[in-house]
Amino acid sequence: MQYIALIYKDEAIPVDMEPMMQAYGAFNQELVASGSFVAGDALQPVATSTSVRVRDGKTEVTDGPFAETKEQLGGYYLMECENLDQAVEWAAKIPTAQTGTIEVRPIMTYDL
Amino acid sequence: MTSEPITEQSVDTYLAGIFREDAGRVLSALIVQLRDFDFAEDALQDAVSAALTAWRRDGLPVNGAAWLLTAARRKAIDRLRRNAVRDAPRNVQAIVDELEQSVAEPEDQQDIPDERLRLIFTCCNPALNQAAQIALTLRTLCGLSTREIARAFLVPEPTMAQRLVRAKGKINKAGIPYQVPEAPHLAARLQAVLATVYLIFNEGYAATDGDSPIRADLCEEAIRLGRLLVRLTPQAEAGGLLALMLLHDSRRTARHSADGEMIALDAQDRGQWDKARIDEGTRLLRASLGRNRPGPYQVQAAISALHGEAATFAETDWPQIAGLYAALEQMTPSPVVTLNRAVAVSHCGSVEEALQILDSVTEALAGYQPLLAARADFLRRLGRAAAAQTAYRAALELTTNAAERGFLEKRLDTLRLRD
Repeated sequence: MQYIALIYKDEAIPVDMEPMMQAYGAFNQELVASGSFVAGDALQPVATSTSVRVRDGKTEVTDGPFAETKEQLGGYYLMECENLDQAVEWAAKIPTAQTGTIEVRPIMTYDL
Repeated sequence: MTSEPITEQSVDTYLAGIFREDAGRVLSALIVQLRDFDFAEDALQDAVSAALTAWRRDGLPVNGAAWLLTAARRKAIDRLRRNAVRDAPRNVQAIVDELEQSVAEPEDQQDIPDERLRLIFTCCNPALNQAAQIALTLRTLCGLSTREIARAFLVPEPTMAQRLVRAKGKINKAGIPYQVPEAPHLAARLQAVLATVYLIFNEGYAATDGDSPIRADLCEEAIRLGRLLVRLTPQAEAGGLLALMLLHDSRRTARHSADGEMIALDAQDRGQWDKARIDEGTRLLRASLGRNRPGPYQVQAAISALHGEAATFAETDWPQIAGLYAALEQMTPSPVVTLNRAVAVSHCGSVEEALQILDSVTEALAGYQPLLAARADFLRRLGRAAAAQTAYRAALELTTNAAERGFLEKRLDTLRLRD
């Protein structure tokens, strides 16, 4: 089953970049070696975000994220796992899990 | 097959007996094999209908539970082949193969696998919210109907039905596995299971005479689950929880007055305590402690056991209880635990020390009646009459229990007389 792990953290809290990069490097290696890694990226900060909506045929473009929240989306991993327990185990190893929140959700599959 | 005349009633009685004893095991085996709660329930229902016909015609089987399991598996194979399952599992062929292998074994040699431990971990997966865990556990492992669970938790039946539907849906869609967690995670996950079982117990313990009887029954269901856990896992805290529930339950009758009012520990008629439960709980606690894996449930059970052993409130081993609360504070720190420690310390002759401990949690427990009552009691015992009077008045403002109001007012009166 495929799961997405959405990585949320409070951008206002300063982070020591070098240890963070090392931690993510180690995590990436472990995830890739296990065969569970499908995809993953860090996102640029929420200040670079743009929201797009189309209502009544009109395109509305606004500066900023979908919603102002205490924690902001900062990255994701797409993983192939046996079951939810496994996905949760990986999510707990993501470095940002220590200070932020990881949302784990299964990818929708359509029986066509 | 038996040679007695088969009446409809004897079949029904036999079936009812199987359900009381084995339904949980049969259903659990099906759920784990089919990876689907509803499908398993439907298959079992089909098997029961088939049993009623077949047994009346052919006589009672030697092993009724095994007969039902085989019949349910056959019904499941039929449904899967006909594609007649609503949310068909992804790996249909693998499940059909496994089912066919199971039914190929001769029936009387069939061992009904005990999948209840797997199932309880599934129902209590932390990915499900607490209310969902409780509902699913009671439905699947205790065999309570949706209606009974709704009445036990004082919610409308459709609400409870929805809660169960959502929980089963999440297990399916999010891929919650049907397995006992692996070694590194087992202890932590077991804590979650124990917490759910204890919540069920406490809900039942809070029931009063005015409530539906099913609420008080929750204590018995929780104890039954506790026994199952103790039988299926060697973990000391499972024994600790069962001991704790048995010890609490031993005082159930003594806790309520004829008017349904709560009676505090120091005022209970100890003659009404269930000695057999106290003995069983104490024995179980000793066995758990012998495993040398202490934990909060064992500590709480030890405290309860010390109360259970004491002939009167005054003869209670307070120093040991104070020590146990200190240990509990280390394991699961909470202001209420600290308050209880303060009360125990006060009965060890150190009322001044107890008051200081109390002061450390006064802010955290602002507006908490037991704290105010304890404070008043300590001040009275220290001879600080004026402060005690103020404290008793503050406690009375928050006291709704009639028996306790009477008790606190009496104390207040004795202080006034001295002025």
